Amino acid sequence: MKTIKEKHSLAMRWTHWVNFPILTIMIWSGMLIYWANDEYSITVFGHTFFRFFPDWFYNTLKIPHRLSEGMAFHFLFMWFFALNGILYILYTIISGEWREMVPKKNSFKEAWLVLLHDLHIRKTAPLQNKYNAAQRIAYTAIIIMGFGSVITGLAIYKPVQFYYLTWLCGGYHFARILHFALTVGYVLFFLIHVVQVILAGWNNFRSVISGFEVVNENPQPVIESPQPIIQATTKDENAE
Amino acid sequence: MKTQNKKPKKELTVEQKITRRNFISFTAFIVLAGGAFEGWRWLYKSPEETAGITGGTRGPLRRALNKTELFFRRVFSDNHLVKTYPKSMAAKHVRVNSDIGVEANKKFDPATWKLQVNKKGGEVLQVSLQELMALPKTEIVYDFKCVEGWDQISHWAGVKFSDFIKHFNLDDYAKMQYVGMETPDKGYYVGIDMPSAMHPQTLLAYEVNDKLLPLEHGAPLRLIIPVKYGIKNLKRIGTITFSNTRPHDYWAEQGYDYYSGL
Repeated sequence: MKTIKEKHSLAMRWTHWVNFPILTIMIWSGMLIYWANDEYSITVFGHTFFRFFPDWFYNTLKIPHRLSEGMAFHFLFMWFFALNGILYILYTIISGEWREMVPKKNSFKEAWLVLLHDLHIRKTAPLQNKYNAAQRIAYTAIIIMGFGSVITGLAIYKPVQFYYLTWLCGGYHFARILHFALTVGYVLFFLIHVVQVILAGWNNFRSVISGFEVVNENPQPVIESPQPIIQATTKDENAE
Repeated sequence: MKTQNKKPKKELTVEQKITRRNFISFTAFIVLAGGAFEGWRWLYKSPEETAGITGGTRGPLRRALNKTELFFRRVFSDNHLVKTYPKSMAAKHVRVNSDIGVEANKKFDPATWKLQVNKKGGEVLQVSLQELMALPKTEIVYDFKCVEGWDQISHWAGVKFSDFIKHFNLDDYAKMQYVGMETPDKGYYVGIDMPSAMHPQTLLAYEVNDKLLPLEHGAPLRLIIPVKYGIKNLKRIGTITFSNTRPHDYWAEQGYDYYSGL
């Protein structure tokens, strides 16, 4: 029998979808700013493996010579980014939903089993609530990263007025590197997130828009079992 | 009564509930997403502000920059000082990033230069470099920051702007809201809010690395204002003015934030 299982609150869906375009604009305008002094690369023992960013990349996205434009967009949308993040964090605190989110003691061990399951190496995944162990780690990490972006951003935006933040972030240079690295982190998160959402399927994706999932519940015979059934779920309904 | 005709509401089936909720949420999602996209298009295609004291950026973005300035002015304090470094860390070769207003092919003789301070009623105060050098000298080694994103620890020396104000009895002028500075050829000009100009680390600098400024660094006198990006650190100051409205500003006319405070 089909039943409706409530999954995501309106507050969670709202902040999730508001964040998506805002973060996109922040990353884009951030690149317009970064271009003016694009000094980062991955260099090991004098050999440069990757330069942030190659010319074809800049040209494809029409990034060059737009510093002032990038700053103007960045310093407007930073308010929305921070505000939306604060609203979301407040919501998880007030609703108590943070309990479903923060990693538990065994989450780090369990996340490994989730990974093996997702890679089809292991048949069963550990028992979970709303989010599995890997999700708990990822979703908590992304909130901390967002917080980090605000702090490192302020540290390089107003390094004199917020000198203590700049100090906390390891200085002006390191704060800028962190701010950049966090952004690379978002992009990587996004890629994995989208793949997981596609693999998890429609039911799961819909729940982030309509709030519920449809579950098939077979009427279970009531049998006193001698021990609790620890049946791992192999359904993908509980992915991202 | 009408209500009597009303049929008792049938409980929706699960299937109906699913359809109904899907319809409502997806419609709302699509409408909101469309609205957001239209909002973005409006902003992205909004016309450039009317060129004036500021220019070069979209109107709504300029308004946002100005509002953001008001917010961050609240956290500005004379007690917030730029970090200073030992002299040994100062760059030997100080980066020259721009020569607007101090171009090498321009006729300029630092020996005959005098700083012009425009006072009320058309009165002009003329100050020579010798007079400035007779005032208490302040040195600073700090991380000069360019709006482009690079920075460099450099060593400057000169007169504190606040000392200059006091010595030449310009206190009444310092009660005004802005200071304007221009190169002698008027090719480069900046507007500085008074709190930033009067900040204890703002210098009218005449030395870099213990030597008189070379021409490319703004000889004989330049502004060193650590609470601002490099774009506000005018080289070769010709004229200083005071006003209660924003003086014109080279980079604010080209889409940059007028405040550009750090």
